[in-house]
Amino acid sequence: MTECCSKTAAESNPAESNPTASPRTAAWLAATLAALVAWGLAYAFLQPAADWATGLLPLEPGSHLAEAVAFFLYDTPKVLMLLVLVVFAMGVVRSFFSAERTRALLAGRHEGLGNVAAACLGIVTPFCSCSAVPLFIGFVSAGVPLSVTFSFLIAAPMVNEIALGLLWALLGWQVALAYLGFGLLIAIVAGWVIGRLHLEGWLQDWVRNVRAGAVELPDQRLTIVDRLKAGLDAVADIVGKVWKWVIAGIAAGALIHGYVPAELLASIMGREAWWSVPAAVVVGIPMYSNAAGIIPVVEALLGKGAALGTVLAFMMSVIALSAPELIILHKVLTGRLIAVFVGVVGLGILAVGFLFNALFA
Amino acid sequence: MKDIKVLGPGCKRCQTTAEMVQAEADRLGVAVEIEKVTDYAAIAGYGIAATPGIVIDGKVVHAGGLPKAEDIAKWLA
Repeated sequence: MTECCSKTAAESNPAESNPTASPRTAAWLAATLAALVAWGLAYAFLQPAADWATGLLPLEPGSHLAEAVAFFLYDTPKVLMLLVLVVFAMGVVRSFFSAERTRALLAGRHEGLGNVAAACLGIVTPFCSCSAVPLFIGFVSAGVPLSVTFSFLIAAPMVNEIALGLLWALLGWQVALAYLGFGLLIAIVAGWVIGRLHLEGWLQDWVRNVRAGAVELPDQRLTIVDRLKAGLDAVADIVGKVWKWVIAGIAAGALIHGYVPAELLASIMGREAWWSVPAAVVVGIPMYSNAAGIIPVVEALLGKGAALGTVLAFMMSVIALSAPELIILHKVLTGRLIAVFVGVVGLGILAVGFLFNALFA
Repeated sequence: MKDIKVLGPGCKRCQTTAEMVQAEADRLGVAVEIEKVTDYAAIAGYGIAATPGIVIDGKVVHAGGLPKAEDIAKWLA
């Protein structure tokens, strides 16, 4: 929920787009393809370019500073390029889902399958943290069960598409898929558990009395060009906002990479230190950062011998639970329900941390 | 006089949306009265799940994210 609504173009009325304007569509498709090829070529030359640039600097090869600078010069363009690609793809995918459509899909669903559907939709449905409350009320008052609503609310920040894309590129598809799978599992199980506890009475009083109106938004059939534009808008919007975080994260990662002794890190965050997983969750929950900024740090920590489960538990608690989000949610949830929410999600993250440490030796 | 409501809890995007609508109305010379609806229950009552939303003369025309200037012009026409 940290990146604000990215669907500016997606939701607007595309009346100007003419379905028969195929030359325009062809031009857009050709331009997209050309951009992808250029992207791929540039990506292939990142390592030699970074080596060359590092060699130009008056640094002693192998020194701490040279290591840190090399990490920074290689990772900055790499992560930014990946970010552009992932955000673009996600912008296109998200043009197929709106919050209203998601709500309609989930209304009247039973628990169980509903939790699964909600968790999956949580990944692809765009909404920003300032929409969390209207969205929550809209779901609950439209008859979406509380447990299904929570599965959605947990999955949305937990399985972050930027984190997913960057993990895939930097750490491999196994890690990315495991992150996706366990993130969904936490959202499904945690939502289901919250449903079993029957906590409807712990909503703020006024929420139960709200009735959502039904709305017919104007024609939302989008053309391919509209969807590609939605992808570009998402890039301008999200990358324009998070690039500072990314560079800050890479700088932190570069310092870790260059200066932090591997033995020290392995002893604190390594697999032998079982307490490192709960410690990572406790430290991570109050922290508030951007997924895009935390991944370069994750990469550097792993390179220094930190255990994957520990690092992922840290990352998940940083991006899935944050103080600003909880403050916003307090408008609709009582403190007790927020405590249950944090507890259930925190336990889920803890479990994932231990599981990852056991699975990825 | 068009009656326009911008729905949203008061985040920056809602603010920007209201300004965009006003600017577009000024440009087109359309008389508008913009009201910001920040009450969550009222927002939910309009049936939208994502903010900012725009309601023109009682009809929801937009929900979620910033609108495009060209679309605003169409809604005001």
